[in-house]
Amino acid sequence: MNLLTEPVGLTHYLLVGAVLFVCGIVCMAVKRNALGVLMGIELVLNGANVNFVAFANGNLRSDGPWTLGLDGHLIALFVIVLAAAEAAVALAITLNFYNNHSTVDVDRADELHG
Amino acid sequence: MNDPINWQSFYFLLFGLVACVFALAVVLSSNIVRMAFYLILSLGSTAGLFFLAGADFVGSMQLLIYVGGTLVLLVFGVMLTAQGPFVSLKTRGGEWILAAIVGGALFAVLAQRAVSIRDWRGPEMPVTIAAAGEAPAEEAAKPDAAKPDAAKPDAAKPDDTVESEPFDPDGTRADEARAEEARANKAAETTASTHPAGRHVDMRDTRTATSIGMALSGPRVDSLGEPGAAPRAGMSSYLLPFEIVSVHLLVVLIGAAYLARTKKRLKADA
Repeated sequence: MNLLTEPVGLTHYLLVGAVLFVCGIVCMAVKRNALGVLMGIELVLNGANVNFVAFANGNLRSDGPWTLGLDGHLIALFVIVLAAAEAAVALAITLNFYNNHSTVDVDRADELHG
Repeated sequence: MNDPINWQSFYFLLFGLVACVFALAVVLSSNIVRMAFYLILSLGSTAGLFFLAGADFVGSMQLLIYVGGTLVLLVFGVMLTAQGPFVSLKTRGGEWILAAIVGGALFAVLAQRAVSIRDWRGPEMPVTIAAAGEAPAEEAAKPDAAKPDAAKPDAAKPDDTVESEPFDPDGTRADEARAEEARANKAAETTASTHPAGRHVDMRDTRTATSIGMALSGPRVDSLGEPGAAPRAGMSSYLLPFEIVSVHLLVVLIGAAYLARTKKRLKADA
């Protein structure tokens, strides 16, 4: 299977989306900087968006008319907008935390620890 | 190797590799400023993937909102929370191993699912190479039960022309019949490109900005050709989610402004 001469399919897009998603999950898990966790969330949302856009395109698959169509594009747009909103609020919380604690280490945010 | 290079595949490989490699770099890097830069590159090439998948509006919004807005916000956050140059938040080795195991297992599951389905591996080679004019005829030649929407107009069309030609051999009617046939052909092509059963890429139909704008404000222009009332009613517009997202953005704006300036006011009071 030669990648350069064969047309790409849904599988290729799903693999790219899976790589972005897993990178985001791992990033959210291992980063101690709160902004690093935020970047992981952005990566996860982008992996999901790649899948939505790929499923919206019917030319990438060979099994008839079952695609998301324009719905996939609209859901991807809503995801982008909600990610922007989420980033704004999370950044405000992070700035507030930094002002109070002089650090952005998420391991130091343990005042509610029981 | 004698086949010509498929340029869509080439650009897909380029953008996909850049996106994946820089996503990995975001995970592996420990410098927050470099992470932000790698994230910009990764999301930018994801926008390239969106363009390749035919989502031009979503791709440009990805560039405008994500790369232009959200990441600039993140970079400002990095600058505002800059710590001393020697303070580095290192992750312990055990956490890395655990996260690698969990992430590898998750990726194995996702990749196995993505690869296992035969119909998702892309269109067959001859169908993609066939010119745009030949594809509908080819589908009419072998009507498939799986795609009735595209096959029906094409199957009905030759019967009409065969009937009308013996009735009227003189030129004007033949011209009319030919125009009618061309119109039917165009209608069939539009159906075929709306319903992705027609596998040739119709470049007239790949602009999505108008359809998305209409779908956000009222009618779904992409679903007007949908046969059957029930699926057409299911494809109603996105006006209500649009309103909800608008109000949500307003609330988020106020909340973020309030959260970000609380400390300042406390300090001023004290």
